[in-house]
Amino acid sequence: MTVQTEQTKQTEQQHFERTIGHEQRIEPRDWMPDGYRRTLVRQIAQHAHSEIIGMQPEGTWLASAPSLRRKAILVAKVQDEAGHGIYLYSAAETLGVDRQDLTEQLIDRRQKYSSIFNYPTLSYADVGTIGWLVDGAAICNQVPLCRSSYGPYARAMIRVCKEESFHQRQGFELLMTMMTGTDEQRAMVQESVDRWWWPSLMMFGPPDDASPNSAQSMAWGIKRHSNDELRQRFVDMSVPQAEVLGVTLPDPELAWNEERGHYDFGEPDWDELSRVIRGEGACNDERVARRTQAHEDGEWVRAAAAAYAQKQAHPVVEERTA
Amino acid sequence: MTDHENAYSGLVEADSDARWAFGTGFDDPLAGIDASVPPGIDGGRLAAYCLVLGDDSLVMAQRLIQWCTRAPELEEEVALANVALDLLGQTRLLYARAAAADPSSVPALPDGSPVPAEDRLAFFRDPAEFRCVHLVELPDTDFATAIVRLFAFAAWRLALLEALEGSVDPVLAAVAAKAVKEVHYHRDYAARWLVTLAGGTDESRRRTLDAIASTWPYLDELGRADDVSSALLPSGGSADPRAVWSSTRAVLDQVLAAAGVPEPKGAPAGNGDSAGAGPGGRDGRHTEWLEPLLAEMQELARAHPAGRW
Repeated sequence: MTVQTEQTKQTEQQHFERTIGHEQRIEPRDWMPDGYRRTLVRQIAQHAHSEIIGMQPEGTWLASAPSLRRKAILVAKVQDEAGHGIYLYSAAETLGVDRQDLTEQLIDRRQKYSSIFNYPTLSYADVGTIGWLVDGAAICNQVPLCRSSYGPYARAMIRVCKEESFHQRQGFELLMTMMTGTDEQRAMVQESVDRWWWPSLMMFGPPDDASPNSAQSMAWGIKRHSNDELRQRFVDMSVPQAEVLGVTLPDPELAWNEERGHYDFGEPDWDELSRVIRGEGACNDERVARRTQAHEDGEWVRAAAAAYAQKQAHPVVEERTA
Repeated sequence: MTDHENAYSGLVEADSDARWAFGTGFDDPLAGIDASVPPGIDGGRLAAYCLVLGDDSLVMAQRLIQWCTRAPELEEEVALANVALDLLGQTRLLYARAAAADPSSVPALPDGSPVPAEDRLAFFRDPAEFRCVHLVELPDTDFATAIVRLFAFAAWRLALLEALEGSVDPVLAAVAAKAVKEVHYHRDYAARWLVTLAGGTDESRRRTLDAIASTWPYLDELGRADDVSSALLPSGGSADPRAVWSSTRAVLDQVLAAAGVPEPKGAPAGNGDSAGAGPGGRDGRHTEWLEPLLAEMQELARAHPAGRW
């Protein structure tokens, strides 16, 4: 019996490794190592939480968007993020966890979300800069995940990336439009880019030599490129963008390196990243408090929906007990 | 985007306009449409009527937007944002119609201001110039009040829009026809939740009954004849508020019955009798809640009268 179980396990392990090796997808019913499952749950949940918390910084500006067109664009964008949250939580649920439980882990701070959302949005230009740089960095991180070895995650990411590319375009377009406006608006754009540039670079995570989970995730095909590779790609893409916009990027070390064929750039303040991840960013408490409040305020509504569904499913029992 | 590895490649292409979700500049929502006012209709009266309808949808959208990141479930985030988006779209078309029918209805800004007409109307009018009904001004105290108000609003607006599909102004009729499909969904969404909350738990039922009791007095205004509608009625441009209210009333009764909710005390008579009623939103007299709502909405736009967004 034990021998057989051991053999089965070996076969399953081999099958799993072969699937990964052939760049094929692991599906929910396939056997997978516990560590693979845990890593995926952690990563997908963190991603889902980031979508939901990420609604807040821009959501702040919904009520006071400066034109009806911008208001409609922003409502649509924030709505997309709620949608991304829904299908990422669904992808996580294929691994045997549930949304309610993950939400509780978020509000208890047992699970994290992207640290970028702990920075405040101080002007309407931030809506544009978040689209251009933050969503841009997110796309750099996420496009390779469309080839993630876990099927439901990869498929969710294809849809997320398509919508994110619209988000990035609307952000860039807002900044472009503002740059054709008044001097005050141009100054607003520059000030916003100055504030968001470094936090955007930090979105790729710590440098490779200080990234504890990366190697295993890459071996499992959950992650496709190293943090530093993606960061370099982001910088290389952003510099020509900034030129088109007519803004400067706040890094005196930024320069084209002919030999490397890439831009050289300065070192982000990794202490700042650690502080924000530890919960000491400007808005950590506010973001989690807002999510907690919404969850608690909605408890009676979710209970009502469940009770109503129960009564509809068992009308006779309900009549007898009523 | 053909290059899935390079999310940025499309951004700097010169001719990438077609690939932007919302276009690359401000487009007149009525572009390419014959916006001339039909004979027999007074442009000023038509504009005033379109503003009334647009003010209702704009303020309602602004209330719904306040639910963003506060909804009880993610699916409700998506649904409420969707309703707000539809109402914003209706507002833009109605304001554009108003501006085309009577350019003098649009607030003047300093010469050279690039602010389009729809935004001048939304952001550069004072509360007393708005003509929305009080129902849309009410703040939501919980999800039950949001649902009850949205249900009443959507039931009424749907009846109104259905009547306006027959307006002699072809532009208004077309705007109404498009909006009917949207508001059908809004009404059904809210009605389903109303029935669910009323039949859910003791707490949800109590909250729903409280919400109905606090919202219902504001329905009285919906069935009243008002000057703006009346002025356009003889020429066939507007809908008769009393007939619209009568259709609305039938739907409200039907859904309350399905929810097992008794007729609230102090329910409006619905006979269009405005005797004894003070001035309402249609007269430019508002609740205390409209001014702060508009102040928040207009602040940024007003700070940049020469801005481009």
